[in-house]
Amino acid sequence: MEKMLMKGNEALAEAAIRAGCKCFFGYPITPQTEVAAYLSRQLPKNGGVFLQAESEVAAINMVYGAAAAGVRTMTSSSSPGISLKAEGISYLCGADLPCVIINVQRGGPGLGGIQPSQADYWQATKALGHGDSRVFVYAPNSVQEMVNLVVIAFDKADEYRVPAMILADGLLGQMMEPVSFPEISANKTEKPWATDGHGNNRPHNIANSLYLKPDVLENSIWERDSRYKQMEMTETMADYYCCDDAEIVVAAYGASSRICKSAVKAARDQGIKAGLFRPVTLFPFPKNELKTACRNAKKVLTVEMSTGQMVEDVKLALECKIPVEFYGRTGGIIPTPDEVLAEIKKLNENKGE
Amino acid sequence: MTDNILIAGFGGQGILFAGKILVYAGMASGKEVSWLPSYGPEMRGGTCNCSVVISDEPIGSPLVITPDVLIALNTPSLEKFINNVKPGGVVLIDTTMCDAKVTREDVKVFALPATEMADTNDLKGGANIILLGKLLGETKILTEEAFAKAVEKVVPISKPKLRENDMRALTLGMQY
Amino acid sequence: MAVVFEKPHALTDVDLHYCPGCTHGIIHRLVAEVIDEMGIEGDTIGVCPVGCSVMAYDYFNCDMIEAAHGRAPAVATGVKRSLPEKFVFTYQGDGDVAAIGTAETVHAASRGENIVIVFVNNTTYGMTGGQMAPTTLPKQVTQTTPFGRDTAVNGFPIRVVEMLATLSGTALAARVAVDTVPHVKEAKKMIRKAFENQKNKTGFSVVEVLSTCPTNWGLSPVDSLTRLQEEMIPYYPLGIYKDVNVRTVREVNA
Repeated sequence: MEKMLMKGNEALAEAAIRAGCKCFFGYPITPQTEVAAYLSRQLPKNGGVFLQAESEVAAINMVYGAAAAGVRTMTSSSSPGISLKAEGISYLCGADLPCVIINVQRGGPGLGGIQPSQADYWQATKALGHGDSRVFVYAPNSVQEMVNLVVIAFDKADEYRVPAMILADGLLGQMMEPVSFPEISANKTEKPWATDGHGNNRPHNIANSLYLKPDVLENSIWERDSRYKQMEMTETMADYYCCDDAEIVVAAYGASSRICKSAVKAARDQGIKAGLFRPVTLFPFPKNELKTACRNAKKVLTVEMSTGQMVEDVKLALECKIPVEFYGRTGGIIPTPDEVLAEIKKLNENKGE
Repeated sequence: MTDNILIAGFGGQGILFAGKILVYAGMASGKEVSWLPSYGPEMRGGTCNCSVVISDEPIGSPLVITPDVLIALNTPSLEKFINNVKPGGVVLIDTTMCDAKVTREDVKVFALPATEMADTNDLKGGANIILLGKLLGETKILTEEAFAKAVEKVVPISKPKLRENDMRALTLGMQY
Repeated sequence: MAVVFEKPHALTDVDLHYCPGCTHGIIHRLVAEVIDEMGIEGDTIGVCPVGCSVMAYDYFNCDMIEAAHGRAPAVATGVKRSLPEKFVFTYQGDGDVAAIGTAETVHAASRGENIVIVFVNNTTYGMTGGQMAPTTLPKQVTQTTPFGRDTAVNGFPIRVVEMLATLSGTALAARVAVDTVPHVKEAKKMIRKAFENQKNKTGFSVVEVLSTCPTNWGLSPVDSLTRLQEEMIPYYPLGIYKDVNVRTVREVNA
């Protein structure tokens, strides 16, 4: 298959079209704007709808409407814009409507900066909206994976009736790499629940998140939670590099996992038994995969472009049986392979402790 | 073998374009490649740089911090990045735009008045490609053939004059 | 036995939760009658708001979507853009349309979004217990303006259809009331016109319906209608403010 060079943002936009995305609603924000720009040119050509909304709030609610109508739909933003979308995402969860949400993360809080960051991990995986709501969170680490995971995100969102987020960052969005687009078979998921007009041949459908009776609401939440549990059992994804005999396992996702891979490679060159564990799904978090990766580990180092968020999930998954250390840079600073290598060396020297 | 290349200058000097030519040429040579631009709030005139990695193996960090090759198209860029260049690395400088001197002795420096050469050869804005030509001539990092394929990919077929100019600029640089 | 009166098919059998004397029921009925008469129930998707009509999704027989507070026009946009051949309407109150959802309302209008907004103005937040609304009249006492709306503090009521009539994307902006039989008939005519606009792809149509809230106004249903006539209509004059199909009130007056 011929490879072409594309920016991460453009690749995921193209992948969305190929995955059958019919409606995109968005609002400009750096560093994700190429997603919208690309789709404004290409989506109408492919029979879809591109609409620039008046706000992030409106955009996610347009997604809510399109999702309720039964079409594949997507929005894209960057950290501050995702905060604005939080309301709509909670409603999408509450009404069990599938969609794909892109977050090309930048530094925060507030306006923060526009350089790459991974500081929205907690927001994405724990509380993207209010209430007992979760979304699939996929963390690509290459332009090719931006493509592959967008396709999976659409499929899984439909299958589980749970929104799916692609948690990327400014580095992945802006970088160009060779990428190829696999043939994608059209979505087969039936949507008998869609509010697309009953055509006088079925009872009316309702897309709704309001349940004023607590017992009814509780039941609906537990039912949804059982789907989250199912996701945790069958939908986790992870990637390993040199973990088999690794005494020092580095855990990192997205852009920082690439920096860590360089560092692990350098550590191996120096005779250190280092490995890299990379969660591809952040929710559900690949706990068992992490345990497998750490079967020979004496120390674990979590590296993030944040002050330390995923590190909590790593500790929980390992049940504090292996010491877990953290190294992070934040605010738009990308850690260097040398910095990570220095941390690996430090842990390697003290691995017996 | 991995080449980490950093191209730096002002916005508008074709920094990102030169990077694209390099990655396409790398791709045409069957290598792994990545391209990462700096991005900031300014649209025109601000400082601009571009990280290019060309490698025989899958690329880890696409961000070039310690370049094997630095191509500097202005003084601030040279001053900012010269000390990051790996010992034994290569530094290319457009002396028309850059009057700073390199005091390091552990790097190979190739200085040429690329902007002036472009202007006198009716290749306005071609300093970036002239410098790439010099890089090809001195390091054999990529072949001229791969470069020609890259130009075909990056410059649309509807602009034959631009394609021709890019190839002419490349030759100028290679022969300097 | 001859049937002399029946419920429109587009309304379900669910009992309405509205307070005695509230005019929401009439307005629901008017929308449902229009849907019945046009024969479009199977092709209609309604979007209901947050506010007193929050549970309207249970009352209309067409497919229904419950939106977040103020977001109904954005949700309707998403539906309409996905299914351009279907009919999409929102049913919203004053807080929804003119406070928390002002941006969504204005931009749906400015885009000429081919939808219908049925906007129920009763000058108060009914469901939460009668607080100040963007349409609360000057000096009107509410739970959050206990000494009457002070325009120096709270500003002025928004005349929504007048504002929306200024936008190029608006096809129909009209204000009606449901206080008398002739007004109810006129209201239905206007709602029908709005749906016909959508059928003809004419663009954005908004029908503001002056409505009562006896419970929170602290008035009997009859006195509430009197208040609507004596206080609301003078501030919110009835009429068509924009109709791309005919000359507007203002043009006629000029």
